[in-house]
Formats: sequence, C-alpha cells, structure tokens
Amino acid sequence: MAKGKMTPEFKVLRDMEKCVSCQVCHRLCSNDAHLYDPDTGVVTSEDSRCVGCHFCESLCPTGALVIRRNPSEIKLNALWSGRALEDISRQSTTGGVLLTGMGNDRPFPVYFDHLLLNASQVTNPSIDPLREPMELRTYLGGKPDRLEVKEGQKPEEVLKSFLASQIPLETPILFTAMSYGSISLNAVKSLAMAAKEAGTLWNTGEGGLHPDLYPYGPHLVVQVASGRFGVHKEYLEAGAAIEIKIGQGAKPGIGGHLPGEKVTEEISRTRMIPAGTDALSPAPHHDIYSIEDLKQLIYALKEAVRYRKPVGVKIAAVHNVAPIASGIVRAGADFVVIDGLRGGTGAAPRVIRDHVGIPIELAISVVDQRLREEGQRNRASLIAAGGFRNSADVIKAVALGADAVYVGTSALVALGCHVCQKCYTGKCNWGIATQDPYLTKRLNPEIGARRLVNLLRAWSLEIKEMLGGMGINALESLRGNREQLRAVGLAETDMKILGVKPAGEAW
Amino acid sequence: MRYVIVGNGPAGTAAVEGIREADPKGRITVISDEGVMNYSKPLLSYLLARKLKKNQLTHRPENFYARNGVELLLKKKAVGLETEKKRVVLSDGSSILYDRLLIATGGAPIPLKIPGKKTQGVFTFTRLEEAEELIRYLKDHSVREAVVVGGGLIGLKATEGLLGREISVTLVELADRVLSATFDRRASGIIEEALKKEGCRVFLKNTVGKIVGNRSGGVKEVVLQNQRKIPCQVVIEAVGVLPNVGWLKGTEVRCDRGILVNQFLQTSAEGVFAAGDCCQAPGFFGGPPGVFPIWPSAVRQGKVAGLNMTGGKKEYEGALVMNSVELCGIPTISVGLTDPREGNGYEIVESVNEKKGVYKKLVLRDDRIVGALFVGDIGRAGVYTGLIKDAVKTGDLKGHLLKESFGLIHLPKDYRKHYVIGEGIEV
Amino acid sequence: MKKIFIHEEYCMNCRLCEVHCIVQNSKTRNIIKAYKGEYPKPVPRVLVEEQGYLSFALQCRHCEDAPCLEACITGAMRRDPESGAVLADEERCVGCWMCIMVCPFGVISRNVEGKRVISKCNLCQGEEIPVCVKNCPNEAIVFEEEK
Repeated sequence: MAKGKMTPEFKVLRDMEKCVSCQVCHRLCSNDAHLYDPDTGVVTSEDSRCVGCHFCESLCPTGALVIRRNPSEIKLNALWSGRALEDISRQSTTGGVLLTGMGNDRPFPVYFDHLLLNASQVTNPSIDPLREPMELRTYLGGKPDRLEVKEGQKPEEVLKSFLASQIPLETPILFTAMSYGSISLNAVKSLAMAAKEAGTLWNTGEGGLHPDLYPYGPHLVVQVASGRFGVHKEYLEAGAAIEIKIGQGAKPGIGGHLPGEKVTEEISRTRMIPAGTDALSPAPHHDIYSIEDLKQLIYALKEAVRYRKPVGVKIAAVHNVAPIASGIVRAGADFVVIDGLRGGTGAAPRVIRDHVGIPIELAISVVDQRLREEGQRNRASLIAAGGFRNSADVIKAVALGADAVYVGTSALVALGCHVCQKCYTGKCNWGIATQDPYLTKRLNPEIGARRLVNLLRAWSLEIKEMLGGMGINALESLRGNREQLRAVGLAETDMKILGVKPAGEAW
Repeated sequence: MRYVIVGNGPAGTAAVEGIREADPKGRITVISDEGVMNYSKPLLSYLLARKLKKNQLTHRPENFYARNGVELLLKKKAVGLETEKKRVVLSDGSSILYDRLLIATGGAPIPLKIPGKKTQGVFTFTRLEEAEELIRYLKDHSVREAVVVGGGLIGLKATEGLLGREISVTLVELADRVLSATFDRRASGIIEEALKKEGCRVFLKNTVGKIVGNRSGGVKEVVLQNQRKIPCQVVIEAVGVLPNVGWLKGTEVRCDRGILVNQFLQTSAEGVFAAGDCCQAPGFFGGPPGVFPIWPSAVRQGKVAGLNMTGGKKEYEGALVMNSVELCGIPTISVGLTDPREGNGYEIVESVNEKKGVYKKLVLRDDRIVGALFVGDIGRAGVYTGLIKDAVKTGDLKGHLLKESFGLIHLPKDYRKHYVIGEGIEV
Repeated sequence: MKKIFIHEEYCMNCRLCEVHCIVQNSKTRNIIKAYKGEYPKPVPRVLVEEQGYLSFALQCRHCEDAPCLEACITGAMRRDPESGAVLADEERCVGCWMCIMVCPFGVISRNVEGKRVISKCNLCQGEEIPVCVKNCPNEAIVFEEEK
C-alpha cells in the first residue's frame, strides 16, 4: 500500500535574482532546510524540513527568501481539513501521541475580540496621562478584611491590623512561568533582567533557579511544581513570592515531561535531578489529594519563609474553576493564578492543548464574581494567564476582575519567536526553546531584556491612555469594573457569565 | 638638548619620531651621505623592475622633516667621532656637536675581492645611486645577459628585477641552496624551480672567480670557480652586507660585527646610541647579541633609541629574525629558526601541497613554536609570529596548527584576552 | 578612541559581518551587484573564526602599539590622527607582505585577485559606525570607547 507522503507544511520561495549565495540561511537553519552546493555555488532548500520559524527570512540580507504555507491544496472540505488528514496520516505511521508547543491555535472564540471599552464623553471628563499622574501600580497579596489605624503615630506605627506581605508591581503585567529547561538560559536571563528593569516579576516555572539568577530574586516568583524540581531552602528564600503549580492552561490535568536529552549538566544541577534522566512532573502533586492537603502545603511554605512572602496557587481554567478557586482562597493562598485555554507550553500532546480547558475571559469572570459573592475577593490577588496579545487584552482582563496578567507567548514573540510550535524539538532557531549551545547564543540577553522592557513600557503607556480615556486615573478603579465593558456579537449566556452588558445598553 | 642622528634610513626616521614623542622642542639634526631626502631601500628592486618610479620610493611624506623640526644635512658623510668632545666629524671637514648621538649608518655590501672587479658594468645594489647607475647602464649598453653573485635576499631581488626587464640572468651561489640563511632545503628548492621556470640559470656551490672585460672596458664574461665561462654584460655583487662601522675604529664605541648595544640601545660611549642594520642588539630569546638587518627591527630599535635619547628608560624587547619576500610571484614568510640542526630536541610540523605549490613548516622546541616558514600561502602568518614571541605552549593544538581554519579561537581564552602587544580581544 | 569589541558568546556564525564588509568595499555598494556583477569580488576585511559552537568576528584591532606601522616599507600604513585608526593606503602598498608577517591577529589579507596589495579593516572611514557592527544581528561586536 502506498503510504501517502506527507506534504511539507511550508514552501521556501527563493528569488534567485536576489539570492547572492552568501550562505547565511544555510549556516543558520537548525533544521538544515537550506543546503549549499559548493560545486555550483547555489543554495537550495529542502521544503520538508522547514518549520516556518522565519529565522532565515529575517536574516537574509537581500530579502530573497519568503516562507509560504505550502500551496499544495486538498479539495475544500469544511470537516476534513488538511490538518485533520495529516494528523491521521502521521498517527498511522508513528502510532504515537502528536506533540506540539505554544498555545491553542484552534478557532475557538476569543472573547476579548468581542469586548469593547468605554470612553468618557461630557459627563466624566477624560484624563490626559501625559499631564496628570496615572497609577498603574498593583500590589500582589491578600488584603485584610478591614484596616484599623492608630492616629497620631509615626507613619510606620499607624497600621494596627496585620498586613500580609505585598509585592508592588509597577505595571499589572508579569512574565509567566517559563522554565529554564523548556527555554534557554539566555531567554530566562532576558526575562529576569527585564522584570527587574520594568519593576515587575518573572516566574521561574518548574525549572528551579539557576545560580546566575539569584541576584534577580526580588523580581522572581519561584514555582513549586509537582516534580518539586530545584526546590530547596535558598530557592524559597530567593524569590519575592512562591507559587504552587497545580495545573497549566495548555495541558490541564496532565503532568509535564522534559526529555532526558534536554537535561544537560547545568539543568541537572538547577533542577536537582541526574543529568540525562527524563524530568517527569506527575499530574497531581503526590502529596496533594484534597483541598486540606493543599492548605497544608501552603502553610508549610509560609512557615518556611516565615510569612514574609506571599504564597499562591496556579490552576488551569477548567469547568469547575470557580469553586476550585474559592477553595484555594479559603485554604490561605495569597494569590490565585488562572491559566486559560490559550496558555502556552514547551511541549504537550496536541489533542490536550487544543481541546481541554476553558477560555480565560470566562474563567476570570466567574472566579472574580464567585469570590465577591462569598465576600473573600480581598483575601487573594487574582492573576490571569493565557493568550494576552496586546494591552487591550490586558485591560479587559482587569475589567473582568484580574488584579494582574501573566504574559508568556507575547514575551517570547518579543524575543523573536514566530510561534512555529516546534518548541518540543529543541531546535528553536531563535535560541529560545533550546539548550543547544549553537542555538542559545543567538539570543543576546541584553537585546532580549531591552525588547521585553520596551514591550511592557509600550503596553503600560497604552493602558494609561485607555484608562485616561475612561476618565480613570488608577487601575484599581477598573478592577472588576464590568460597567466599563460592553459585548458585541455574544450570546445571552456568554454575556451573563461574563457579567457584561451588550453594546448599546447604557448604565 | 641637541640630538644628532647619523643615517637617514628607517632607524633614523623612527628615532626622530621617538624623540619627538617625548621632546617636542629639542634640536634634531639628521646626517645623510645620500642626496635624496628620503627613500626605502627595499623598494629599490621595485625600481629596477620598473614597478615604481623614483619619486615613489619614499616611506615618509615630503614634509616629514619640516613637520618634526629636523635639520636634514644631505650628501654629508660621517667619517670620525670624538666622544670626549661630543662631536661628529664630517667628510667636508666640518664637525657637529651633540648632546645625544644615534648612529644608524646601516650596512655596507661586502666587496667581492676577485680580479676584474673594477671592470665597467659591475654593480652593487644597496643604494639608490647604485640602482640608478645600474638602470642607466642597462639601458645605455642594451644589456641582454647578467650574472648575479650571491643567492641571498638582495641577490634574488636583483635577479627578479633584471628578469622583469627581460634580461637573461645567471645566479651564482656559494652555498648548496639559495636563501641559505633564511630557508630550508625544500623551500629553497621551490624558489629555485620557480627561477628556472622564468629562464634563470642557477649555479649552486659555486662562485665567480674572475671577471673578464672586453676591449671597450665593459664586462664580457665571468669565470666560475669550476672554470665555467658565462657571457654577460653586467655583474651584480650581492654576497652579503656588513654593518657600516669601519669609521668608528679607534673610538670609544665598542664594536663586534656591529656596534654593541645594551637593552636600551646604548653603546659603550656615553650619550651615544645605535640602531638598525649597523648595530648588534640583544635577541628576542636572549643569547649573544646579533645583527638583525630587517626593516621592522630597525624601526623598533630606532624608536626605542629615540625615546631613550630623551632620557627615557624603555627596554628593547630584542630582535627576532624574520623576513617577508615575494619571489617569482610566490609569497614567502620566515620567522625565527626555520632550519634547525637535526636532534637537539626540535620537532617539525609541516604541511605540503605540491600541486598548489604550498609549503608550511613550524619548528617547535619544548612544545613551543620557535620558527615558522611559509611558502606559497602566507595567510595569517603573523599569528604564528605572535605565538613565537609569546612562547605559547601548543599542547594538543599541534594537530590544528597548520590547518586552514587555525586561528586565535583555538588558543586558550585567557591568552586571547591578554595579548602581549596590549590589545586583546576584549569583551 | 572608539574601537570594535567582541562578545564571542553572542556570535552566531552567520557571517553577515563579512557580507556587509564586502558590500561596503565594493564599487557599487549594492549587495546584489557586488556579489554578482563585480569581478573580482572585494575581499572582506573581517573574518569569522569558528570552532565547534564557538565563533567570533575578527578584524584589525587598530592597536595602540601597532607592529604593522613599523613593518611597512612604503609608509602606506599610517595612523589617522582623528579616529586613531590604522589606515592602509592601497595605492602606496607594493605587496611586500611585511605587515602580514608581524600582525599577531592575522587580520591583514592579500588581495590576490585584485591589485595584489593588502586588504585591512579601516573602521569604515566616513561612516558613523562600521558596517559590520551595524549589521550584526546579535550585537556580538560593538563599537565603543576604549575604557
């Protein structure tokens, strides 16, 4: 039986008038998609190896390269798309689970694209962020139910009530958990440096903390995941906050797997596992089988850092996210992270990434509403994660109830990522999702940090503009303020769950 | 402070620059026994070969002397030195007083002492005057054949120049190979082959016994030691050069083959320095001082001497034998000890490509490179010069040393960062 | 003076520095014409050394105590007083290769197909920043004041 040859996903178009055979593409492609023939002096391309990362295209000095989706088309079919056929073909050949990287790419509704913001007209004047102070600062940590103050005291002694530790963020955007191991050391360095410069935080993910990064401690959230990689006393002391990872939006319900080949000497030391062994993160924490177990771990960690740092929990957005989040707050978490359907990953089975979980917009709305109804919204900060592409997404998330937002994919795109979704191969040409020394040098942390800081700065300025447009001068005033949002093109039930009125309806 | 420099070659001009770096005001006088303001002797062969014109032989711009406040005395030869009176006596009877003196009189050719030497048409090839005379003679007498006595650097450059004028040349060398002081047998062989291809006849282990003139006084033929007769109209004497120090006999300036100087380039006479081809200076690797008649050494010695004449105490790092010469279109570079005697713990690493005419050789001792010889491919030769000077231990690099891709990247990172000259590849 | 400093940990061996050096030293300064139309193709004055995953771009260091300045027999090598760079006058060079013999970095090359004189980096005189530095995609070479 003639097993169908798999059509290459991409086609490399090379304009021979412009190609000067400088061989830059040939030298750099980690997938060997470009080949140089020294006899003829001509560079050709092997389309089947191209993953569509566009690294060659970006570097070609004459712009001779264009990467196109392979125009070889199957007969139009609304159900049997090219991808559906290819997946079946591939699985028939390999018998294996199809892996992928990054976030869900299927056309499920993006609720952010159905939400619109308000602006001031006449009754509530706008504020110009360039002329008046605009407060984007956010404090992560549980807030007490009430504050008692003593009058006439020195400022440090005014507050009578106990205030749990708070972490100030200069902007409500943080860098999400991307571990050293899934991405390169240069990539995590860029994130740490940028977090420090921008006054925000980066989450170490389950990779432990590399010695070079300890100086950035005050700008890190250290994660305690199910594999407990790299978790030791100094690790917990180093960060500004601790996050217990129960689940991840890209692969809810299953664990993680870093193949042994990617566990280099350095990663072995950072994660505290033997080099060359697979780093398996089990699906549940094997010491957390109930909400009481979680409470125990939360308080154990709080004790370990003597209550000086906030301890939070990260879960994936699933059907029962609201009651789960409620339980977590009751268990004493200082912040709760909800990772939605569009969250990214270094490697996950494609079918789980694409079909498990719920969108972050709905998740945040229901969690926020539920916590408010129960009167415990103040006890934990709410951080939303999963597919924030621009400042509008961020501000809408805040309006739906988030205190802050974790960005992942956007940060990597700032570092050069073109979302080719081949992170699991470890051959990332941009030097991001790889440990190969040939490739990791391509990411200069100075440039990386610069770009990330620029991104945060740009988004913060835009948020200020939008806030000003609404006549608001502090982000706090927008938090959970669904009155500033209106929905377009959404069904009745969606709007009810989001708690957002349809556009056109006034107060 | 009055500075006097005898000699206007590279050592002299470098000394001017050295003095001016530290003393912009002192009075400088340069004495030259030639009539031209400034020219580079190595370029004479280009003049002979018609590749350069007379006005293209300078190595410093025209305004060099004026700009540096130098009094240049041309056509004045220094014939005597009175160190107690601190003055130099010139050929025209006048004398010049000095506070500091630099002797940079260079070298003079070793004369051939054979019958017929005084015949018309016999030339040396070390001064511009001589080169010009030779060129005139070649033209005036429609010279078709020439004999060059001496297969060293000067002899070979003269040969090239003559071949370039379509004159048939016979080269006679006393040793068993050309360039015996610089090359090993294989390298000399490559050059000898190339010369033969250009139509030059080469006689080794031989020399000219007698020059025979014709009736009108010009050269008719030469007779070799083995009695063989070679018809020719011009003979070039190029058997060697000795430091020009005869005029210092009887003075306080002590000489061996050349003027003996210490690591500051001071001679035995107070206030008197020497630099360039005329001096005998410490070698880079120690050992007895030697005469190193090479341009870069002359320049460095002149510079250091100049600085020290102003009161400085700069140590000269010592001279290293090195030569770069392109013959018959084949570039060659030799540095250090290129032809060691068998045994004595020397190790040879070589790479030969006969088809391409490439021969590369490194001589190692104690794991360090002490000599390098490149024929046909001189790419990045200076890297090896650096390794020789820094006495870098080659260790496991030996296999890589002569590879095409060999470079600084193969050396330890610390070495790359702290280079002897001062500039590393700083990060 | 401003010099080029190397960060070898960021060099990805793309050799775009060599490409742009060739273009800068071509007659037309147009990359397609320089590669396809000019013969001989100009020689790049920067060379990338590589060994395994280590690589870096190397060009004339414009040394303070430059041995090439002393070795030149025609005065073609001279120091530019303004920029401090060591410049090689290709018109004056006669191809004696003395400078190649003494340069410990091996960054002077013979322009064999062209004029049979030397080729060496001149810090892109006339440009604000050398083109190799400008076009390095990863800032593996930078143009900074000496400290």
